[in-house]
Amino acid sequence: MAVYAVVAAVSITAATVFSFQSASAGNDLRAALTVIAPAGVGGGWDSFAREQQQAMRGAGIVNNVQVVNIPGAGGTIGLSTFSTMHGQANTIMATGAVMLGGIALNDSPVDLSDTRPIARIAEDYNALVVSADAPYDSMEDLIAAWSEDPDGIVWTGGSAGSIDHLIIAQLALDQDLPASEITFIPKSGGGEAIQTLLAGTTDVAVTGYNEVEDQIAAGRVKALAVSSPERLEGVDIPTLSELGYAVDLVNWRGLLAPPGITDEEFAELEAIVAETRESAEWQESLQRNRWEDSFLTGPELLEFIDEDQARTTALIEELGL
Amino acid sequence: MEALGLLFEGFAHAFTPLNLLFVMIGCLLGTAVGVLPGLGSSMAVALLLPMTFALDPTAAFIMFAGVYFGGLFGDSTMAILMNTPGQASAIASTFEGHKMARAGRAPQALATAAIGAFIGGMVSCILVVFLAPALADFSANFGPAEFFALALFAFVATSSVVADSVLKGLASLVLGLGIATVGIDSVSGTERFSFGVPQLFDGISLVTVTVAVLALGEVFHIASRIRRDPAARAMRPAGRPFLSRAEFREALPAWLRGTGIGLPFGVVPVGGADVPTFIAYGTERSLDRRRKDPQFGKGAIRGLAAPEAAGNATTGTAMGALLALGLPVSATAAIMLAAFQQYGLQPGPLLFERAPELVWGLLASFFLAMIVLLILNLPFAPLWAKLLLIPRPYLYGGIAVFCGLGVYATSSSTFDLFMLLTIGLLGFVMRRYKVPLAPLLIGMVLGPLAETSLRDALLSSGGDYGVFVAGPIPVVIYVLLAIALAISIAGRIRARARQDV
Repeated sequence: MAVYAVVAAVSITAATVFSFQSASAGNDLRAALTVIAPAGVGGGWDSFAREQQQAMRGAGIVNNVQVVNIPGAGGTIGLSTFSTMHGQANTIMATGAVMLGGIALNDSPVDLSDTRPIARIAEDYNALVVSADAPYDSMEDLIAAWSEDPDGIVWTGGSAGSIDHLIIAQLALDQDLPASEITFIPKSGGGEAIQTLLAGTTDVAVTGYNEVEDQIAAGRVKALAVSSPERLEGVDIPTLSELGYAVDLVNWRGLLAPPGITDEEFAELEAIVAETRESAEWQESLQRNRWEDSFLTGPELLEFIDEDQARTTALIEELGL
Repeated sequence: MEALGLLFEGFAHAFTPLNLLFVMIGCLLGTAVGVLPGLGSSMAVALLLPMTFALDPTAAFIMFAGVYFGGLFGDSTMAILMNTPGQASAIASTFEGHKMARAGRAPQALATAAIGAFIGGMVSCILVVFLAPALADFSANFGPAEFFALALFAFVATSSVVADSVLKGLASLVLGLGIATVGIDSVSGTERFSFGVPQLFDGISLVTVTVAVLALGEVFHIASRIRRDPAARAMRPAGRPFLSRAEFREALPAWLRGTGIGLPFGVVPVGGADVPTFIAYGTERSLDRRRKDPQFGKGAIRGLAAPEAAGNATTGTAMGALLALGLPVSATAAIMLAAFQQYGLQPGPLLFERAPELVWGLLASFFLAMIVLLILNLPFAPLWAKLLLIPRPYLYGGIAVFCGLGVYATSSSTFDLFMLLTIGLLGFVMRRYKVPLAPLLIGMVLGPLAETSLRDALLSSGGDYGVFVAGPIPVVIYVLLAIALAISIAGRIRARARQDV
């Protein structure tokens, strides 16, 4: 039996070690590429990175794609490691709205400007849900109750400073309510947040729409609104913007290239990412994960990141985090 | 009885030669990974995740079930033989299990663990099959006030491991509570004891501490004594390779009690399988005190049987919670959730209607995995015990390597390796000065649970302390707690009075 133990251990280490080695050797980007997921296994970035890996490999765009997890501190541990990988063009990293929150929250000394953003790729939207027997049937009811007693409504969602939390802050500011008075119970995922809702601990949960879709369909929770700019296809839930609330934060995900690479290498990475986006494999995984395509590259991307970073930082300050 | 019919259909679905092969592979892989310190079943499932792209869903999930349960069977093996648990749920098994191994009863200890895991897992799987929908309603009764009461109860239930030397025990407990607070506070975003080091922002993982304190600390300890007392600790496995009838009768009530304790914990998100194992251990220990010839401390079979059964009972109901609620209560369950999503399936109340053949096939494969694991583990118990015959320098050198591998594999960070080394030295010093290690780990497991539930409850009630006694469940728990304390104090006073005479 010890043989099995050794085989398992050796293959596990080998996978980790080789993925780093392949990151530092070889120049042909289409032969081998490493995608860093700056989060633990099973998290949002991890599944994003692994879906990218499958699409790149499945569509024959890159021969050998590895995913390496560098978890910690809202992605900023991964970011600070990545920002030192000068010129290692065959390593790219997943990024997104959560990382901007992490940068602001942890006063990270490095930010996305220490890397070369390749593209924004996809985003998903949040839903505001209450338990099925809650006294609120619409956003209007909820906002009325909230305005009366700003710290009396108990919200829940992901970690403090996550996109879920920031959406609540934006909603509060839009209603001229003090963001620092929001009562927010952070949970480690949509499942746990819904659990607190059903146990009556919290009043409203803000979480990824795709995480609660089935709970809504099963009638265990009521959805009051979604945060998408337009109504989701085939979903009869009003958007925040059509109800007149100025909430525009979305949970986007994208890819970064390391600093210090040549322009040819960067162009090649851009081409790889663009081809992957077009592939049938990627279109299928968008559908499977209920992500919306939101492809953006070039100067518009940099502009978007700057804006989003400024907005996120401001909101986190408003929340007093 | 509709469930029974569906389950048999599930068996028909799972009973293809190919699926049986996947169960076997999964079980072997899970056992192997579980045996290695620091590598839990969550790691194995994560590495297998890409397989889901190539396999059909039933085959993939059947294999995952094998890995999941295999990890839980395997983690106790090293805990018993080497005092180096593979993951947190095996910590409680080291207390008496390793003492049994030292007393030359290693094969019996391994068999006890395997049968305990089997009983716990089987009972919980049966429960899930018939009650999966009801689980949803049950778990909705648990809010932070209930969790807080449970955490307090668990502290008291496990306080018996502190009681041998009150001062040292409390010191160790406080150290554990302290380590658990490191990192960014989840509610206020304040940094606590992180000294501005970004690697500490997310706290120190329980896996690192467990592996460092128990496994690496043990390695250092053995290394420091290797030329001083070589003969004294030669652990030759002796006796029959299986449980005698008397041993079986001794362990049976403990297996069943452990299962009863573990079952409800799978449904409520209170930190996975480790909390109930401690409670089961504490219960057995206090029951043992009242017997004529207390066995604890000398390698009590009950002290091993109960936590093993509790740990696996939790796992079974945790899988039920994942399927019926879409609520992942452990890291492995969270990754399995991701795997479900790869197939476009969303675990939750609708999964049983949308993909019945998959759900029932998976539930059937739980039973298969249990049986395969029992068959794998029982005959191998004496074989595993032979590991102890490896010369100690090689054996413990190997363990040290695997500790490093396990921790590095989860975080890919050298910082964690240094942390492993530092905490390992701390574990060595604690061993050297006979400070008990269990309270430190109990503090790390229960501290965050107590803290978050206390704060969640107060946040939710707007600062009203009445929330802690508002529901029936916490009140019942507190009453039980008061009775247990009263009995234990009365017992102690009586013992003291007798001494005086």
